[in-house]
Amino acid sequence: MSASTLRIALVGNPNCGKTALFNQLTGGRQKVANYAGVTVERKEGRFTAPSGRVLHLLDLPGTYSLDAASPDEQITRDVCAGNYPGEPAPDLIVCVADATNLRLHLRFVLEVKRLGRPVVLALNMMDTARRRGIQINVPELQRRLGVPVVETVAVKRGGARTLIERVDGEVPRAAPVEPDDAASRGNLHAQVRELLTATVQMPRATDALDDAIDRWALHPVFGLAILAVLMFMIFQAVFSWAEPLMDGIQAGITALGGWLTQALPAGSALYSLLNDGIFAGLGAVLVFLPQILILFLFILTLEESGYLPRAAFLLDRMMFKAGLTGRAFIPLLSSFACAIPGIMATRSITDPRDRLTTILVAPLMTCSARLPVYTLLIAAFIPRETVWGVFNLQGIVLFTLYIVGIISALIVASVIKRFRRDKSDHALLMELPSYRMPHLRDVALGLWQRTVIFLRRVGGIILSLTVLLWFLSSFPGAPAGATGPAIDYSLAGRLGHALHYVFAPIGFNWQICIALVPGLAAREVAVSALGTVYAMSGSDAALASQLGAVISQQWSLATALSLLAWYVFAPQCMSTLAVIRRETNSWRYVAISAGYMFALAYMASFLTYQITRMLS
Amino acid sequence: MRLSELPKNASAVVDRVDDTHDADPIARRLRDLGFVDGEPVRVVAVGPLGADPLLIQIGSTRFALRRSEAARVSVRQEAA
Repeated sequence: MSASTLRIALVGNPNCGKTALFNQLTGGRQKVANYAGVTVERKEGRFTAPSGRVLHLLDLPGTYSLDAASPDEQITRDVCAGNYPGEPAPDLIVCVADATNLRLHLRFVLEVKRLGRPVVLALNMMDTARRRGIQINVPELQRRLGVPVVETVAVKRGGARTLIERVDGEVPRAAPVEPDDAASRGNLHAQVRELLTATVQMPRATDALDDAIDRWALHPVFGLAILAVLMFMIFQAVFSWAEPLMDGIQAGITALGGWLTQALPAGSALYSLLNDGIFAGLGAVLVFLPQILILFLFILTLEESGYLPRAAFLLDRMMFKAGLTGRAFIPLLSSFACAIPGIMATRSITDPRDRLTTILVAPLMTCSARLPVYTLLIAAFIPRETVWGVFNLQGIVLFTLYIVGIISALIVASVIKRFRRDKSDHALLMELPSYRMPHLRDVALGLWQRTVIFLRRVGGIILSLTVLLWFLSSFPGAPAGATGPAIDYSLAGRLGHALHYVFAPIGFNWQICIALVPGLAAREVAVSALGTVYAMSGSDAALASQLGAVISQQWSLATALSLLAWYVFAPQCMSTLAVIRRETNSWRYVAISAGYMFALAYMASFLTYQITRMLS
Repeated sequence: MRLSELPKNASAVVDRVDDTHDADPIARRLRDLGFVDGEPVRVVAVGPLGADPLLIQIGSTRFALRRSEAARVSVRQEAA
């Protein structure tokens, strides 16, 4: 290691403002990846100190204790101790503590100090501490702790200046290594109490504003009502704000593809590959971006404000009964837009077992890609009638499909709970942090990082699958003088005909079976694939209305209902399976989720088809 | 008495955390979070269904604990 670089590890309790401080220090110069073999996020950044020295900063996962209780806490423990393979031991540990919550956070500082490495303590949120009249005798605290103490305000410009000056100076001397045993752990609390009595004066244990908000936000009736209204607003925003953007993206990409390929002879393989393969694939990826961005904007804002743990508190009991945890609420909510961001959001569930259950049931939430299929079938087969004077029958059917998805997720989660081997209790033990005004820079950075993850990791998969499926649906081409649609002669067509044997008992005709093949890339592609099979073209809206007319004549009601039931479970979304692979690091769970969803879909469709035929 | 038996808005002082089995990780974590002898605690709120989980204030921190977790903490009520 050269003298001009310094490796700094940033550690602290959850909710100490560590990530905001990291953002303040590094700005956008961050590298976000995973630790090898686990899905714990590794955030690294660098900045150049006034002296010209380059400081490497590692933002370690927040933890309450070095006695690790989850994979991310183990990483923090091992990196700090210098035991993590491939990660050099830090030259300096910056321990971040919330100045308004020192009784909890100082214990961790003492624990880190015992590792025998150079430590600097950053007392963060000093502005809030002053506002609440908390007085901290910093020189005395520094003297008693024996480590340098600086004051920071991570969310204010220049709020980390004193910290930068301190870490840029001489590396402080390390405290002696102390053994870690039960007796000395118990002793830490006594030391914290002594430190607090000597150096901190708090007029009031909690923030009066927090208490006032929580009286409403956690109220058994009003709390749930507030939550329901919030969720409703998010849903509205995700679906109504995103729509014009989605239409614009779709039109833009189609126009770009058309413009780029205008020189090519129409009907050539390259023309088709570019238009129907690559640009269609790109469209399929990008079209969900507005929804995902809006969704993440809300989730990040709620997360930053401190509301999310409150929502988890209100819903924990209900979700725990079903074998989940309150924390699974946000991932499952996100899955209504798309299971991919939902599964990505399960990273906030610290318990690996709860996280896995959430990942397995997330695809059962009705994602927006199923909507085009639902609307096509409902418009074609369900009469537009008014029921009980107020309700629209079509609307009721759509609502029922959503509810069936939710109920089946709860049932599947309870079944998983029953069958898992590890029956020990897993804790909720969740801190409800102080409410905080979301900070623009932190929300924007979070949004940017999630977008990059989505486009880079998921986009590549969707794009390559779309091209592959284009190939399957285009080759071999129709022979000269063929009368049927070209796709009928292709590999996908043959596959569809072969699948027909499997799907005949649930009422699917061979046209549906062919459409299921390209529907593997993204569920809504099944609609345009059906259009191709029935050999029609045009814009999506025109296609849907023409197609609706055709299928309402050619399909029986039983077939249509059976396809609806199929799509409630619809295992055939490759991108979701790819994300499950990435987030669980295991093909086994990919096989389990694909397998159980296929089985449920087949069973539900079989029952729907056979029962409808018996009744009609 | 147990922390899980404390009614809403009631205060008490922690006695100790009991392991439900050997090397109980939840009990260890509770002790790390500050549930140690002499620490004042208060039940600030309870969940809407079955009054579970409990929201416990200890020091300046609020923790949501399920009833089974709170039952590990033994508390005593002191005359205020």
